[in-house]
Amino acid sequence: MGIVIFDGVAYGMLLFLIGVGLSITMGLMNFVNLAHGTFAMVGGYAASVLMSRAGLGFFPALAAAFVAAALVGAVLEFLFYRRLYRAHPLDQVLLSIGIVFVSIAAFTWAFGPSMQPFTLPAVLQGQVSLAGLQVGRYRLFMIVAGALVLAALLLALGKTRYGAMVRAAVDNQRVAGGTGIHVQRLFFLTFTLGCGLAGLGGALSLGMLGLEPSFPLKYLVYFLIVVCVGGAGTITGPFVAALLVGIVDVAGKYYLPEAGAFLIYVFMIAMLLLRPHGIVPRKGLS
Amino acid sequence: MTKTLLLSPQRLRIAEVLLWIALAGSFFLLPDHLTLMSQVLIFGLFAVSLDMALGYAGILTVGHAAFFGAGAYTAGLLARHGWGEPFSGLLAALLLCAVLGYALSYLVVRGSDLARLMITIGVCVLLAELVNRLSGITGGTDGLQGMQVWPVLGLFEFDLFGKTAFGYAFVVVLAMFLLVRLVLRSPFGLALRGIHDSRKRMLAVGSPVDARLRMAYAFSAAVAGVAGALLAQTTQFVGIESIGFNRSAEVLIILVLGGTGRLYGGMVGAIVYMLVHDWFADMNPQYWMFWLGIFLIAAVMLGRGGIMGVLSRRVRVQESGR
Repeated sequence: MGIVIFDGVAYGMLLFLIGVGLSITMGLMNFVNLAHGTFAMVGGYAASVLMSRAGLGFFPALAAAFVAAALVGAVLEFLFYRRLYRAHPLDQVLLSIGIVFVSIAAFTWAFGPSMQPFTLPAVLQGQVSLAGLQVGRYRLFMIVAGALVLAALLLALGKTRYGAMVRAAVDNQRVAGGTGIHVQRLFFLTFTLGCGLAGLGGALSLGMLGLEPSFPLKYLVYFLIVVCVGGAGTITGPFVAALLVGIVDVAGKYYLPEAGAFLIYVFMIAMLLLRPHGIVPRKGLS
Repeated sequence: MTKTLLLSPQRLRIAEVLLWIALAGSFFLLPDHLTLMSQVLIFGLFAVSLDMALGYAGILTVGHAAFFGAGAYTAGLLARHGWGEPFSGLLAALLLCAVLGYALSYLVVRGSDLARLMITIGVCVLLAELVNRLSGITGGTDGLQGMQVWPVLGLFEFDLFGKTAFGYAFVVVLAMFLLVRLVLRSPFGLALRGIHDSRKRMLAVGSPVDARLRMAYAFSAAVAGVAGALLAQTTQFVGIESIGFNRSAEVLIILVLGGTGRLYGGMVGAIVYMLVHDWFADMNPQYWMFWLGIFLIAAVMLGRGGIMGVLSRRVRVQESGR
């Protein structure tokens, strides 16, 4: 029981890392972005290739994954996304499905359709004893990393000037623009940060989910569930939702392996029925 | 400036009839490609059904394959377990998908665009997972095999060359299309168009907006179910890929290629998409995906409207009563 919750929390942290950027994109810019998994994949492949071909260590590779995904996100934002902030959601869906398709094809062409090889660094191998439980070091590291990112994001959003600007723009974009906030630049920076975090999550997922070119489609629903169940535009919402999804999914795989992913979809629909605007709804929606 | 061609309403009707005659004529002109042409018709009907929900009612859905697949499995399972009469199979699929669509519409209609998207994708992948897990009934990833479809009207047996399949698909698709056309041109269809253009004003004039959207969604689901059942009966096989996210994305691409919110958008899109797809059938599926993605990005960046959008800029219809 304890180990199921622990593994579920570790998995949830991973989903949170990848999903939190999507939550901000959807909440701040009202952009229905189905291509978020692509940025996670970019980060994962960057880390994997740097480690296997350039001999980089695991921790520098994580940083590189963040940078690579953020760069790709910045370029795509500049080229495509910024033109569609006010467009119909259908256009946004089509654009992001297009990006997903192109990225899957390009990564298959460049790296082949098989799963990327990955070996954990020696520090994170094996298990440690924690309060009577034998837990994997890698999962423990993931939980610590997720908690650190959560704390940093909450501090940045709650205490800094940039965070205040983001909160203002999420609550009311027009008024925020009227007070002199450069909303377009804010979007750009936030989108880039969200993509970087997704890249970090993608790199961390190498040892847990495995990485292959179909990653953006395979886990698309999971990222969307985290955002929708949690409530778009918040940080704590996706965090709570990601932990719930992680625990439900892992528990399902332990106790009801024949149900497969079925449980998680039922969970999502039930949650959307109970709380249509998410666990932590944005101000002005509830 | 390109010259615009002016068409009278009568000529437009002639063009409409000509399109259907051309489709029927492929029976004689392309006897080796009848299976492909049946699929063109079926996917056209599927895209038209999506257009009702997406283009006319404005419900953002990326999970319409849920109904297509549900219809296909309904007809498939009926034929597998001893009731192979084609028309009643279609009717069963239609009724089941209408009920399913109406039940889901309560979830779909009330939410925001994001919630609609989630619910539709969620239900679609849920059904796909269900089909995958219940492999004892559905055949799982191997697909549903062993369907016995009886001859149409007890006269025309389904043959290897797809002659009966084409004729049957043509008649059913034409009938369903005319039904959709009738519904969309009725006061109900006009109300949908009004809701699409301005929901607030329609509320203000007292139109029961949510009820109208629910009806449209259920109707669209029913038509999608018929399309799925047709595919199952004409190919005597239901693959697991008929339900799921990729099929939903594919039909969305077909509709966008043809043009959303236009009666013939789905049909024209299906003709072009399926023929091009067939043309490049030898191509590695990864490259096909790459070009589809490029097409989607280009379609969004260069402006929506699809083939029918381009046509409507070239061809103007004279307004009646002048």
